Amino acid sequence: MKLRATIAAAFLLGLCLCADAQQLPAHNALEPAGVQAAEIHQLWRLTLLICSAVFAAVLAAFLYAIWRAPHSAQQAPADVSSLAHPEPRLQRRITLAVLAAAALLLVLVLADFLTARRLAHLPLKDAVQIEVTGHMWWWGARYLDDDPSKLFDTANEVHVPVGRPVILQLSSADVIHSFWAPSLHGKKDLIPGRTALLQFRVDKPGLYRGQCAEFCGFEHALMAFTVIADAPAQYEAWLAAQRAPAPAPVSAQQQHGQAVFMRSTCAMCHAISGTDAGARLGPDLTHLASRSTLASGALPNNRQQLAAWILDPQRFKKGANMPATPLSSADLDALLSYLETLK
Amino acid sequence: MTPAAAIPQSNPVLDRSWSDPPGIIGWLSATNHKTVAMRFMLTTFGFFVAGGLLALIIRLQLARPDSKLVGPDFYNQLFTMHGTTMMFLFAVPVMQAVAIYLVPLMIGARGIAFPRMNAFAYWIFLMGGLMLYTAFILDIGPDAGWFSYPPLAGPEYSPGKRVDFWAQLITFTELSGLLEAVILITTIFKLRAPGMTLNRVPLYVWTMLVTSFMVIFAMPSVMLASTALITDRLVGTHFYNPAEGGDVVLWQHLFWFFGHPEVYMIFIPPLCFMSSIIATFSRRPIYGYPVMVLAIIATAFLAFSLWVHHMFATNVPELGKSFFTAASAMIAIPTAAQMFCWIATLATGKLNFRTPMLFALSFFVILLIGGLSGIMLASVSLDLQVHDSFFVVAHLHYVLLGGAVFPLFGAFYYWFPKFTGRLMNETLGRWNFWLMFAGFNIAFFPMHIAGLQGMPRRVYTYPAEMGWGMLNLISSIGAAILAIGILLFIVNVLRSRRSGTPAGADPWAAGTLEWAAASPPAPGNFSIPPVVASRYPLWSEGGVAGSVKGLVDHRREVLVTSVLDAIPNHRATLPESSIWPFISALAVTVLFVASIFTPWAVVWGAVLVTPPLVAWFWPKKAATQRNLQREVKP
Repeated sequence: MKLRATIAAAFLLGLCLCADAQQLPAHNALEPAGVQAAEIHQLWRLTLLICSAVFAAVLAAFLYAIWRAPHSAQQAPADVSSLAHPEPRLQRRITLAVLAAAALLLVLVLADFLTARRLAHLPLKDAVQIEVTGHMWWWGARYLDDDPSKLFDTANEVHVPVGRPVILQLSSADVIHSFWAPSLHGKKDLIPGRTALLQFRVDKPGLYRGQCAEFCGFEHALMAFTVIADAPAQYEAWLAAQRAPAPAPVSAQQQHGQAVFMRSTCAMCHAISGTDAGARLGPDLTHLASRSTLASGALPNNRQQLAAWILDPQRFKKGANMPATPLSSADLDALLSYLETLK
Repeated sequence: MTPAAAIPQSNPVLDRSWSDPPGIIGWLSATNHKTVAMRFMLTTFGFFVAGGLLALIIRLQLARPDSKLVGPDFYNQLFTMHGTTMMFLFAVPVMQAVAIYLVPLMIGARGIAFPRMNAFAYWIFLMGGLMLYTAFILDIGPDAGWFSYPPLAGPEYSPGKRVDFWAQLITFTELSGLLEAVILITTIFKLRAPGMTLNRVPLYVWTMLVTSFMVIFAMPSVMLASTALITDRLVGTHFYNPAEGGDVVLWQHLFWFFGHPEVYMIFIPPLCFMSSIIATFSRRPIYGYPVMVLAIIATAFLAFSLWVHHMFATNVPELGKSFFTAASAMIAIPTAAQMFCWIATLATGKLNFRTPMLFALSFFVILLIGGLSGIMLASVSLDLQVHDSFFVVAHLHYVLLGGAVFPLFGAFYYWFPKFTGRLMNETLGRWNFWLMFAGFNIAFFPMHIAGLQGMPRRVYTYPAEMGWGMLNLISSIGAAILAIGILLFIVNVLRSRRSGTPAGADPWAAGTLEWAAASPPAPGNFSIPPVVASRYPLWSEGGVAGSVKGLVDHRREVLVTSVLDAIPNHRATLPESSIWPFISALAVTVLFVASIFTPWAVVWGAVLVTPPLVAWFWPKKAATQRNLQREVKP
């Protein structure tokens, strides 16, 4: 046991060191950055405390029992006197122990009930509404607005304003997925044929990573997303930029790139607003260049990676629905130049 | 102080009438409960090793980030096969396999009820497992998880036959499991030695009775669910298709209504491996017999009321979830009561730390951690964070290995002398135990932390920058140590079977009836069936109060007694060995496997199954004559 405790302590120490060393999107249930995750984290601390105390108490009773009882390497004659005579002292102690266990369980159930209530009562005035749709294996996000002309789509990266509640309307286009950004809130399943709601608020600006948590087939492991919490002004600026249609290509190369996009397989699945491409099978690419990752967090978004991804997506994400697109290097260059304008 | 009536004596006539026939046909016709149970145990252990090897490949893949050792296709098959093997081909059946060996011995019976059905259940189980592994070797192993959630497991997202093999395996194992449950309940209710009232039934037998009832109530739910999945896939029904009015959450309700009790079907029998081992090595009866029995029954009832805690992340109503939190927390109370009773037993006993005892006592560390992390998972809010993360992987292995596999290994060490007549090696046993104990904790404890850090389950890889690499590497090293421990167990079994110390009938000076039979027991178990007057008949003065007279030796005759008080009622003759259960199982296998490919197999397969069943039940003239003569007209 001592060994186990030492190992556990060593792990925890190692974790702290790792966490400080690098600046990455936060992805940790033990480091909450929003009110919902913080509530759960508080309950976690209470539960861990009670459970550790119970573990220590039971283990101590057990060790004391086997330390105190007489030992022998041979099988001593059995003592069956307990079949005829009750053992009132043992009975009293066991009854007390069971009652104590029941009382502690009651505390935990109550604490859980209160936490669940608080989670459900997040004030939702002035909430940001986003429709999140799970796909094999990427995330579609549609920012809702009372004015339909302000609707827009994006994928895999969700910007939210710090300090304002967010309501995600979760549904799925194919199989069950689960939306989980551990630093912000617990998970919620995206179930085909149903809509689920997930409400949270981010209290610290920053990047928060999340990942699909319900097994959804081949590339379940490569289905990440990022929640970016911006200061309100930044967020409004981002919104305005996203609502704008894609800029028209300027240079001849960019125009050629757009033509490549329209005549190759790209336009069959992807949409770019302001152009004729309006398909919804793949992620919306209107502002592709404003995102930092490709393929649901599988690759960084830069020219080389984008080129490699377009030529052979299966190399990076086996089973992805995007087919390989063989292009001449001139066409590919033009396409990349065009895609880079989609800021 | 073994009473005279309990001393094993040889009786050649009796031995001959209960023996399995010789030759290859005879081998396939065997119906003796010990023969069938031994095959059953070896088969389940074979699947355990196979499932463990799959787990080692999983750990090898996850040992470092961005590993390219196996791709997603193979990885998904690996963890699906690992889960399916361990749950359906090892954990539940191994408990039934041990029980069909021990229960008749513990209740002082010469045989088991429905011996041919018992053989049939074994063959069906074996063939189901072989079908699954054949599919896996041909690279058409199931890959939608051991839980096969639609729509991923449905016809649209799992084309091909992979999931059909999974669903059909469920049919095989359910059939086998349900038959064994019926056999065990009947045996326990009707074949107990005279005097073994329900109040004197060994605790282990109680657990098997309760477990068998759980099987009967839980299995039909998954049978319904998987049959609906098969028809969705095979003939285009829409049970789980939301586009046609079906519901994918329906699957989850049905599956977990079975799946959660299943955990307790796995976990309850080992509770009383614990009770057997602790009593014997503490040299006293387990404290609080009524509490232990009532706790098992309470656990079984509560087990059916907490399936929704597997579904807290779905949008089932919030208030309803709180009910399931309370029910999930409540189930900890009977288990706690049992643990306290064992601690009381240990505190007032004279302890002898042999290998079985070490395995049993590890429960107090491993299961305790698993139970406490279970209480964390019962909470709706906490579960939202840790659900489907590696925290759950850690939790379930702490429960299933700590609650079932460690006590099961203890049980093997404990009853091995009864099975083979020889003791297992104690030194190897200790190495075996400590390697498994250390390896297990090193492998699974870090997974709690990985889960809290946000590592989801069932991912074939993870990026290096997540920082989960070190934890996973430690887990993989632990898994290797655990595997070495299990390898030592196999070495120990193979060595001790040939050259272990001869054990005699009762090497541990234990108190229950199985130790009154020879080691290994004669084909008919007891040449002189005992009459019982105590919970621990071999310990109490006059615990074996007399012997049963009047059962003939030249037929497989057993004494049928009443359910509550085991009052002798009548003599019954168990059937002869027969090849037909084996042939029926073959025919049923053809039906099941062919119906993966065409629904018409159900029609022509039924024609194929009928003749062996008719032959199986064809009455024998002599037996009919005898029964007519014996019949008492009112």
